[in-house]
Amino acid sequence: MTGHHKKTNIAALSAALAMSLAIGAAKAEDTIKVGILHSLSGTMAISETTLKDAMLMLIDEQNKKGGVLGKKLEAVVVDPASDWPLFAEKARELIEKDKVAAVFGCWTSVSRKSVLPVFEELNGLLFYPVQYEGEESQRNVFYTGAAPNQQAVPAVDYLMDVEGVERWVLAGTDYVYPRTTNKILEAYLQSKGVAPEDIMINYTPFGHSDWQTIVADIKTFGSAGKKTAVVSTINGDANVPFYKELANQGIKAEDIPVVAFSVGEEELAGLDTAPLVGHLAAWNYFQSVDTDANAEFIDAWHAFIGDEARVTNDPMEAHYIGFNMWVEAVEKAGTTDPDAVIDSIIGVSVPNLTGGYSAMMPNHHITKPVLIGEIQEDGQFEVVWETSGLVVGDEWSDYLPDSRPLIADWRAPMSCGNFNTETGKCGGKGVD
Amino acid sequence: MRPSASQSSPKSCDQTMRLAGPLTFAIAVFLSLASLAQSQEKPLLEIVNSFSDVRDFAQTEEIVAELGATGDPAVVPVLRALSEGDLHVRKSDNQVFIVSGRGKTLMIMDPLSGEMVGEEAKRALSKIRVNNGLRRLIRDTIGGLALASPDPAARLRAARTLIANPDASSLPAIEAALEKEADADVADGMMRARAAAILVSDRPDAEKSEAITAVAEIGTQDALSLLLGFRGQAEGDLREQVDRAIARVERVQSYWSMAQNVWYGLSLGSVLLLAAIGLAITFGVMGVINMAHGEMVMIGAYVTFVVQEVIRLNAPWLFDWSLAMALPLAFLVAGAVGYALERGVIRFLYGRPLETLLATWGVSLILQQAVRTIFGPTNREVGSPSWMSGAFEIGQLTITWNRLYIVLFALAVFALLLFVLNRTSFGLQMRAVTQNRRMAAAMGIRTPRVDAMTFALGSGVAGLAGVALSQIDNVSPNLGQGYIIDSFMVVVFGGVGNLWGTFVGALTLGIANKFLEPYAGAVLGKIFVLVFIILFIQKRPRGLFALKGRAAEA
Repeated sequence: MTGHHKKTNIAALSAALAMSLAIGAAKAEDTIKVGILHSLSGTMAISETTLKDAMLMLIDEQNKKGGVLGKKLEAVVVDPASDWPLFAEKARELIEKDKVAAVFGCWTSVSRKSVLPVFEELNGLLFYPVQYEGEESQRNVFYTGAAPNQQAVPAVDYLMDVEGVERWVLAGTDYVYPRTTNKILEAYLQSKGVAPEDIMINYTPFGHSDWQTIVADIKTFGSAGKKTAVVSTINGDANVPFYKELANQGIKAEDIPVVAFSVGEEELAGLDTAPLVGHLAAWNYFQSVDTDANAEFIDAWHAFIGDEARVTNDPMEAHYIGFNMWVEAVEKAGTTDPDAVIDSIIGVSVPNLTGGYSAMMPNHHITKPVLIGEIQEDGQFEVVWETSGLVVGDEWSDYLPDSRPLIADWRAPMSCGNFNTETGKCGGKGVD
Repeated sequence: MRPSASQSSPKSCDQTMRLAGPLTFAIAVFLSLASLAQSQEKPLLEIVNSFSDVRDFAQTEEIVAELGATGDPAVVPVLRALSEGDLHVRKSDNQVFIVSGRGKTLMIMDPLSGEMVGEEAKRALSKIRVNNGLRRLIRDTIGGLALASPDPAARLRAARTLIANPDASSLPAIEAALEKEADADVADGMMRARAAAILVSDRPDAEKSEAITAVAEIGTQDALSLLLGFRGQAEGDLREQVDRAIARVERVQSYWSMAQNVWYGLSLGSVLLLAAIGLAITFGVMGVINMAHGEMVMIGAYVTFVVQEVIRLNAPWLFDWSLAMALPLAFLVAGAVGYALERGVIRFLYGRPLETLLATWGVSLILQQAVRTIFGPTNREVGSPSWMSGAFEIGQLTITWNRLYIVLFALAVFALLLFVLNRTSFGLQMRAVTQNRRMAAAMGIRTPRVDAMTFALGSGVAGLAGVALSQIDNVSPNLGQGYIIDSFMVVVFGGVGNLWGTFVGALTLGIANKFLEPYAGAVLGKIFVLVFIILFIQKRPRGLFALKGRAAEA
């Protein structure tokens, strides 16, 4: 968008470097260490670097307020380099060697799955900030991003009720998040009376760049005399060529709207959005949300990163919420001991950036509002609809037959991530 | 835990929208055609200013309906501005303006006359919000008003919009317009719009039967969509007739979709060709397994980005020429990096393919991370010049301009490279060195220099590919990785050391991929192509166009 990134990036980088050097040098006893586990190189650096910066900013601000329990916080930044096994190694390093009190990190589901055993074994704490497919609840992990019922299902409801959509294209990248989400959506749509021939499911490889055939197929599928919409779980880099092709083939949002779950302000920054006005995204936060807390957050972000053109996005808000919850839980417990924090964090409620409060639930998911936004010409989203209240993250989907009877509750005495209400026993699918 | 329990029901607003659409449309068109002179109860400006106290989309819809009902063409710019998000309210006095410009201060214009009023800070204005439903309503309303437009082209456009979005309540308006229509083409379009509207109306079966024939003649996707929609409610003779019509349109469509597929294949093939052609020189001719080839493409794309940024800041009027300016620069920059790479690394590794592979792989990671550090890890926006945006239609073939230009560009680069290799003295030296290094040296050719220049040429061509690919793909540090496998596949399939092999290989793989995709899906399609190439290489290890005789030994 502007050409001034070079300087600021170097500045940000050297700041990060200085910080990590300072960590090595300080070695003070009176600090609490916080691990940041986000890829700074490789394919996922595109999304995760921003989250690392956001965490550094949050830690910086907390220290200005006096830190936690009277101690300063200290960030430990590691680079798992978009390499899934390396995530597990780095997580182990953070907990064992650096003795961090909590880790904020991961983006893809496969990186989260890769670190799960490490956090379980070493009893660490992980705050995971990205919307995901659900079907999981682990004692050591706090899911601050959206579960499918906090993003996908409300988005489909919106299209069905307001736009009158009767025919659905579920398009996604071929990996676990889109496959699970689409399975849930397919079951949900059929439960709402949508005929199987009115649902088209399409998967593409990572980084798919030739969308001509698929966009043409969508066009054909959409001309069966019924209002059609595309529900996109297309991930990362593949989105730009997809939207470019939509624009070039003249698919307008008024005719076939596309609602995306992985496209936020950051992804749109690489695109000319003028031909995409009206296509939708479902998130729990948009930069355009008009609240004082959000304005403050954006100002702080711009000041920290030194660039007015940088955008904020949903996973950043998730870290904001997760970090503040952790701080409050530590203050409440009076210690950073993981077991004490796991007990004290449930029920903790902190302000989110959309003008309400988010609370940590016993299933380690949080309550969030769901917002539907339309893409605007300036690359921002405008909220066209939102849930009237907060939605509780549902870890085990009600629309999948295997998961329906399962619930998670990490409070004593149940303390179980997959309690089967039919058999009355802990242990279903997923975590064992 | 079901989200629907905690959500407000949007149903009621939906119903008003569905009713409002056709209703406004009908009223708007009727009035516009009947009498413009009718005395208006409310002055236009007052209606426009009532936008200032809307609280939800339903209220905005009512005002749009009211504006449409005036039938006054003067409301068209207001509606268009509303649809594009350019209609704002001044908070201080609740006046409505059309705004233009970006940034903190906006130019404000009178909504009806379009005259400049002055400037206003963005904070002092608030935008009137629209959603997809409103945009549809506005499109229909403007479409209805345009049927009475004095400009035949506008009338034809309106008729076409009506074919794509037929509406029974617009029938009287279309018929009224049709009676007055003098232009034969426009009248033809209106006849079709009328037929389309009849299919969704409750007119008698005889008229519908005629309409089916007329709609079937249109033969487009929209027509098919209309007929399929009608089929559900047709009975008896009509049902048979519509089934025949659908079969006919589908037959026509299947021919077109075949042609469309060939085009997609050509266009994918041309992208493959662009990505692979530089590698055909570094790997094909020189035999260097260059894993950093994709990064040369990426560098070309980033050069385009930098050129566009410089133009945007200093000379925005030159933007349409940005790609033309980026081409030589991308060639030079990527070529220079290639030259440095050959002189710095590769020349020490000739004849040791494994080490070359590892070293260039390392270089590719270094280049990626360097770009990530300089430009940041996020995607950069490379705009499309106006002449590369959009699409046109030949018959029912949709051809997007950017793809067409990329096909032409790939052909041009290929022709240029053939010329350099076969018709210039540098090309002659290059072929001499790669075929028999010692003999060439004995003839007085400085072989190390030719090596470096050949590698630089291959890299420079990859840079050119980067300029083209910036138009269809992300400009991010990972850009090159997506193309490296495909490039090697094309070169190996086509035959190492043969430019024509690369050409035929790229187009064959492109078309094969596109014909597989509809049946097997994108993921499986790619796997099939890979398996096919593996089997093919078993049969013909030297690819499609193998070099024969002594040249093959080089």
